[in-house]
Amino acid sequence: MLKLKNNDTALFLAFCVMVLAGPIILAPLGAGYPDLLQRFAIFGIFAVGYNILFGLTGYLSFGHAAFLGVGSYSAVWMFKLLSMNIIPGIILAVILSGIFALLIGFITLRRSGIYFSILTLAFAQMSYSLAYSVLTPITNGETGLQIHLADPRILDTKSTDGSLPSTNLFGLEMNDTWRTTLFGMDLQFNVGFYVSAILLILCFYLSIRIFRSPFGLMLRAVKTNQNRLMYTGVNTKPYLLTAFVISGMYAGLAGGLLAAMDPLAGAERMQWTESGTVVLMTILGGTGTLLGPVFGAGAIKYFENIFSKVNDSVLAGWFNFMPDWMTDTMVFLLGPFFGKGWHLTLGLVFMAVVIFLPGGLMEGASKIANLFGKRKNKGSVDSTGTPAE
Amino acid sequence: MSKLITSRRGLIKSGAAIGAGLATPTIFGSSVWAGSHGGYTNAPTGSTVTLGFNVPQSGPYADEGADELRAYMLAVEHLNGEGDGGMMNTFSSKELKGNGILGRKVEYVTGDTQTKSDAARASAKSMIEKDGAVMITGGSSSGVAIAVQSLCQEAGIIFMAGLTHSNDTTGKDKKANGFRHFFNGYMSAAALAPVLIDRYGADRKAYHLTADYTWGWTQQASMAAATEAMGWETVANVLTPLATQDFSSYVAPVLNSGADVLILNHYGGNMVNSLTSAVQFGLKNKQVNGKNFEIVVPLYSRLMARGAGENVKGIFGSTNWHWSLQDEGSKAFVKSFGEKYGFPPSQAAHTVYCQTLLYADAVERAGTHNPCGVAEALEGFKFSGLGNGDVEYRAEDHQCFKDVLVVKGKENPTSEFDLLEIVEITPRAKVEYAPDNEFFAGGDLGQCNPGA
Repeated sequence: MLKLKNNDTALFLAFCVMVLAGPIILAPLGAGYPDLLQRFAIFGIFAVGYNILFGLTGYLSFGHAAFLGVGSYSAVWMFKLLSMNIIPGIILAVILSGIFALLIGFITLRRSGIYFSILTLAFAQMSYSLAYSVLTPITNGETGLQIHLADPRILDTKSTDGSLPSTNLFGLEMNDTWRTTLFGMDLQFNVGFYVSAILLILCFYLSIRIFRSPFGLMLRAVKTNQNRLMYTGVNTKPYLLTAFVISGMYAGLAGGLLAAMDPLAGAERMQWTESGTVVLMTILGGTGTLLGPVFGAGAIKYFENIFSKVNDSVLAGWFNFMPDWMTDTMVFLLGPFFGKGWHLTLGLVFMAVVIFLPGGLMEGASKIANLFGKRKNKGSVDSTGTPAE
Repeated sequence: MSKLITSRRGLIKSGAAIGAGLATPTIFGSSVWAGSHGGYTNAPTGSTVTLGFNVPQSGPYADEGADELRAYMLAVEHLNGEGDGGMMNTFSSKELKGNGILGRKVEYVTGDTQTKSDAARASAKSMIEKDGAVMITGGSSSGVAIAVQSLCQEAGIIFMAGLTHSNDTTGKDKKANGFRHFFNGYMSAAALAPVLIDRYGADRKAYHLTADYTWGWTQQASMAAATEAMGWETVANVLTPLATQDFSSYVAPVLNSGADVLILNHYGGNMVNSLTSAVQFGLKNKQVNGKNFEIVVPLYSRLMARGAGENVKGIFGSTNWHWSLQDEGSKAFVKSFGEKYGFPPSQAAHTVYCQTLLYADAVERAGTHNPCGVAEALEGFKFSGLGNGDVEYRAEDHQCFKDVLVVKGKENPTSEFDLLEIVEITPRAKVEYAPDNEFFAGGDLGQCNPGA
């Protein structure tokens, strides 16, 4: 039914289970609340899409945040003009970011290597500046685009109770959550998360199919030796452009979903640091592997949201069992790495991964799997066939 | 490309099957939605109540954020009956007993807004969804404050705004669940303009440099309107991006514009850099149109004055509060803050400390944390003893009305904290405006939202 090889079917099914059980798996780690779960899924989509370009062709784009931003803005405009149903918003987000990617890709793909990276960076920075100041009537500048009571929303019935309507999928509101308690843990099953998770699974499936297709093979050939490919008479440009547009549309989908979960679009979503983050996610997880980018996205979002909130008093709570002076010492020693120092810890982790595990977290996982020997053939982690570079 | 998907029909079929299969677990009975207890979001049930302090710990306003966090921790101490009680002793409302809020011990969670709307909302959301915070407070930029305020409105949480000076926070973007103690651009202009006319004369030509975001725009518009009404002329208004570091290219054209006053609608690091630039160009010593060239900074803070050093001497601006005030409330606050941290608090610290006490007091008077009850208790609430004289939370737009301080960079500072001197305390009546004033029109409070 899935038209996948056996290895891939196992991988895909494991992935589905893992994603859908997200709220249960992540609750013990303190990450099982809707907002962060949604971000895991959405940035997973972003990174999976980015990996189609970077992992397969080796073209390092530093401008993918622009597509994320375009997606968010178009989705919020749909919420303002048409309906709070997320379908039109998401469709427009994907289409517009695709067109935008086509334009930018057409120009930037004339160059490769570092020149391509710089060109994409320049375009993204340009989009950011435009969104930030010049296009203020469309983007609302620094404050960010928000929905208001007075917006037309021609497909919806006017709300009468004076509160802002929430985004929904045919009546299922994105911020509806079913809470329950299991073994003392608070589990939160959120509609928005499951919408994002299903899209993530579909995107992941599409990505497996692309990786295994002749088209994917062609992209890998570009990465291995583009000159040789050209000498044999193949025009690589259409393939590259297609990959670029596909990953741009993934980014647009992620942007649209971000807006669907929280109807606000800010210009900082397009800043180059955001583009850098998706590069980090992909490298941290494992470039060119199927699962890696999803893990990378999860790891970075976890740092950003959980580590950044561990302040000194929380730290002191962890070491409470020690004598006072030891608690103080531990807080003093560890304090700089938590709370506002989360960037520092992330940087150290990133360095360690790049130095010791050049293949990212996926290489680490496959090493562990090999350590336990027997699973070697199961191939749930190292089945991608592409050594990360 | 046609080889990508071997069978389109197959893909659609399998996709639909997966979708239907995966959608099943998300469909629950409608009766289990929203499992809350007290009829509002995050109603506290145990012996503690959690507040969310959402401040910038990185980015251009990190200094203000750090000072806000200190004040929040001090306020929590005082609410829980530790320390000397600070302004709780001078506050005109005597509901707070030092036994927490409604008998529950106050706990808090902190987050980093990074001075970005997105990050601030993510952080606030995690406080609401994960930590069960019943109130969110903080913010050191109007863009962030407006974004978080609308989030709190949707989530059914009270938002007590921190350092946000844009007219829009309680103007076109006001929300029923949001409250602001800090003053705003319009009040700054109304207080500052008469003093400027008095010192510099009524026939002046002003050149504005303005931070390009909601606060800058409203601040500039207010200043231009207030000074023009008294005879000044506005020569030009140039918008500068918030991330600008080097202002020399913006300052250079000022001298040839024929203007004799430069108004810097900048805050934080922006103001430090633009003012330094202007002084380096020798603007302070120039003569234009036969008059001394002057520089004005509408919104001042001690932290900025420290950053700009020598350059602030003699420069006029306005501020919400200053530690050298001699009323009982200010003295008590400066004393307990100074004893804990070793230096006097900034205006950012003051406003967030007040906001925390005001929230706690409103909850005590309402007898509930329910946002609708709290909002009702705060609307039209008159109080004093928190360092600003007699203050009122206006019901129409949830803005506090109080006296505004016009300050000047001190010529002979006696310490590294003694940088500003108070020139005039403009009484509240002079800075008051109607809720439908042109600078504040277009918004709608909506109705209070208790959430779940």
